[in-house]
Amino acid sequence: MTDLTALTIAEAREQLKAKAITATELTGAYIQAIENANEALNAYIVTTPEKALQMAKASDARLASGNAGALEGIPLGIKDLFGTEGIHTQAASHILDGFKPHYESTVTANLWADGAVMLGKLNMDEFAMGSSNETSYYGPVKNPWRAKGSNADLVPGGSSGGSAAAVAARLCAGATATDTGGSIRQPAAFTGTVGIKPTYGRCSRWGVVAFASSLDQAGPIARDVRDAAILLKSMASVDAKDTTSVDIAVPDYESAIGKPLAGLKIGIPKEYRVDGMPEEIEKLWQQGIAWLKDAGASIVDISLPHTKYALPAYYIVAPAEASSNLARYDGVRYGLRVPGKDIVDMYERTRATGFGEEVKRRIMIGTYVLSAGYYDAYYLQAQKVRNLIKKDFENVFHAGVDAILTPATPSAAFGIADQDMAADPVKMYLNDIFTVTVNMAGLPGIAVPAGLDARGLPLGLQLIGRPFDEETLFQTAYVIEQAAGKFNAPKWW
Amino acid sequence: MSVDISTVKRVAHLARIAVTEDDAARMTGQLNTILGFVEQLNEVNVDGVEPMTSVTPMAMKKRADVVDDGEKAADIVANAPIHEENFFVVPKVVE
Repeated sequence: MTDLTALTIAEAREQLKAKAITATELTGAYIQAIENANEALNAYIVTTPEKALQMAKASDARLASGNAGALEGIPLGIKDLFGTEGIHTQAASHILDGFKPHYESTVTANLWADGAVMLGKLNMDEFAMGSSNETSYYGPVKNPWRAKGSNADLVPGGSSGGSAAAVAARLCAGATATDTGGSIRQPAAFTGTVGIKPTYGRCSRWGVVAFASSLDQAGPIARDVRDAAILLKSMASVDAKDTTSVDIAVPDYESAIGKPLAGLKIGIPKEYRVDGMPEEIEKLWQQGIAWLKDAGASIVDISLPHTKYALPAYYIVAPAEASSNLARYDGVRYGLRVPGKDIVDMYERTRATGFGEEVKRRIMIGTYVLSAGYYDAYYLQAQKVRNLIKKDFENVFHAGVDAILTPATPSAAFGIADQDMAADPVKMYLNDIFTVTVNMAGLPGIAVPAGLDARGLPLGLQLIGRPFDEETLFQTAYVIEQAAGKFNAPKWW
Repeated sequence: MSVDISTVKRVAHLARIAVTEDDAARMTGQLNTILGFVEQLNEVNVDGVEPMTSVTPMAMKKRADVVDDGEKAADIVANAPIHEENFFVVPKVVE
């Protein structure tokens, strides 16, 4: 029998429907693959094989009785940020030690309602703060990709590094992820997978551990554009428990795939050509432009003048919101408690022990910029700049641009324990330079693999769309995928 | 703007994070790197620009002011490090 983990979600769906395979067989193949690979890759923090087989058995019963859901029997990995009832949910942090929620996040509940099977919880940067998956309390995830002729371990990107690595290494058919400044798209680009951050409000944030509430959005990481469309359709919903979730019907994203690009106007923003960007990234971008032009789209040069201010504004807004959201981890209601001489001492010791370096750094920045006397200079200024960033996008969309094409990241995957980045936090933050604008403006963005660099490492392109126009992103990304082909990491693990 | 070590200690206390002298010294350098990076926002002319309050143009949804959830105290305290009879237990706060 062929390796069942090689099937895309769309292919598995057909075979399950045709009764050529069973959900139990498919799930069993993934459980085995995880068992063989996880020690090397560290993509999963916790696996739930018994629950997976139980869910698969129920899926097989529904498939047999003709009551199959849209994701019936499809085995998925879930980022540790999503609350999963009775199962490890710690945002890869020490401070949430032992936390098992008595509720299920809306996004995962939607997936289970459609028949998906849970394989386990995926590693990530602690509280989704990081671009390399190295801030996890559970240790770094290794990228399934290595440079040609090299044994050096590379990062999978972050914060959804476990999700991206698991999808790339075929340790799940698809994965949930979240994106606050690039945490879906950057790891997707680093691992040759497809990741979409939908419009703010498209997926409910309820039951997802909060980082920066005005920026956080859930989305899928998948092996190809079609699979990403299938997953987002299930994940997205309006939800009374998240007042920022939007009451707009969820379209059938899959039906956008294969539509011709004639009549579409694609904008190319000159501000995304940054100093020190490798020539290969520029070449990839030009290649992407050529592919879209060949497919009938018209290409226009555009300007988004406030682009360079998105990352500094983000590093005020996101830590400010994080410092507030993470105030709840106090050693009283859940997770870790380190005793102290009085209650304040207990809070301070608990938080000093429970949070990692990067999380502390961001809480400190957030506390500082919100403190008396600094609020106007930092936070208010950043929120004004944020409006200007959003206005830049509104202007080009108003001028008739349907989507914007940019590189996804300024480089390919870098090494684990990179010295430069360890020494200077801002160097690490620069990974998100092309993705963070999208969160600041609440727009949808998709990263799609577009080629390999000279060392054989995947590179991605990003498409940015109008609010709630994910369909155009799937339509356009599919054209890039068709032209570029798909990229699989040679197996070494 | 930049911070000195005493400001870092004060902010750490506001954030309820215990820091040693070494931690505070290290954080001072890192925080100043980040504050130096965000400084460039001051170049932007924001005259007449409103601060963003909502990224999507939508009116805040309101629900009916009725109790539609509750009676789950046991669920709520279940994950607490120490709890007794549906109360969170903390160190003594009043003498």
